[in-house]
Amino acid sequence: MRRTALFLSLLAAGTLGQAQAAPADPAKSSVKFVFTQMNVPVEGQFKKFAADIAFDTAKPDTGKVNIAVDLAATDAGSSDANQAVQMKEWFNTGSYPKATFSASQFKPLGGGKFSATGQFSVKGKTANLTVPFTVKPDAKGSWYEGSFPLSRLAWKIGEGEWSDVGAVADAVQVKFKLYVAK
Amino acid sequence: MIIKYTLPARLLHWLVALGIIAAFALGLTTDSMEGFSLQKLKLINYHKWLGITVLGLVAIRLLWRLSHRPPELPAQMQPWEKQVAHYTHMLLYVLMFAVPLGGWLYSSAKGFPVVWLGLVELPNLMDKNEELAGTIKFMHKIGAWTLVLLAVAHAAAALKHHFIQKDDVLKRML
Repeated sequence: MRRTALFLSLLAAGTLGQAQAAPADPAKSSVKFVFTQMNVPVEGQFKKFAADIAFDTAKPDTGKVNIAVDLAATDAGSSDANQAVQMKEWFNTGSYPKATFSASQFKPLGGGKFSATGQFSVKGKTANLTVPFTVKPDAKGSWYEGSFPLSRLAWKIGEGEWSDVGAVADAVQVKFKLYVAK
Repeated sequence: MIIKYTLPARLLHWLVALGIIAAFALGLTTDSMEGFSLQKLKLINYHKWLGITVLGLVAIRLLWRLSHRPPELPAQMQPWEKQVAHYTHMLLYVLMFAVPLGGWLYSSAKGFPVVWLGLVELPNLMDKNEELAGTIKFMHKIGAWTLVLLAVAHAAAALKHHFIQKDDVLKRML
């Protein structure tokens, strides 16, 4: 009994040796995106997501990040577009309700910048993705912020007539701001 | 010998007339399209490009009008007739500015910047505001209908001058 307890506490300590995973504060965090429609930049937002972040700037290689975005709660700029993105040609949320990113490889890029490499999965396709970010600590926690272009066609977001990049550009700029309290 | 409007004034008049007709037709078409499609997206953008083009032409037209006196109205017209013609023209000018500006404002309120011809990004006239957007769209529509109906009356008056009074009112714009 005692041994088991000791073992468990050691195990716990071992896990704690890695950075501890903590959920991002949804009230302070945001995942936005800008897509280009006939050369018109339109801002949208993923209104519902969960992000678990374990990251210690002193030991980046022990980090772990898991993000799951609820695609049904996508604000794509207008009520028409919000309905359209649920459909087969876009996110097909009926079959694939979530987009996920899970990374455990981190590289320091200097100056408070890092990159996270992991598996990005959306609409049934999973592939490697590297995301740059900065870490800015404040008194009560840390801000994880970054912005990167994502190829929508690589994940078949916008099929059929919507694969026309003259109508909607391939590159979608994703901008995230995640706050994790201590 | 007919004293006509200057050539630039005539060109601008007919270009603006064509632009208004095309923009109005596109506006009616997109407004009746349900849901969201590539076709609708394209037509909405063409509508915006046309509207901004009309706005630019009208601005040039107004400057030209203010610096070039138009030919006199026929002497046989009653003073009240001249007044009606004058105020109709003024109201047409007001609407030719107000309607495209209202469309631009609506686009801003919806969170979609106007990129003229897909090349020139115009500044947003206001921050995104979904609640106000509905009201602005309604005003834009009312303005557009008023403009078109007034233009129809304007054209009917020109035809009446031409075929009934048999004066030079229409010819000076041809």
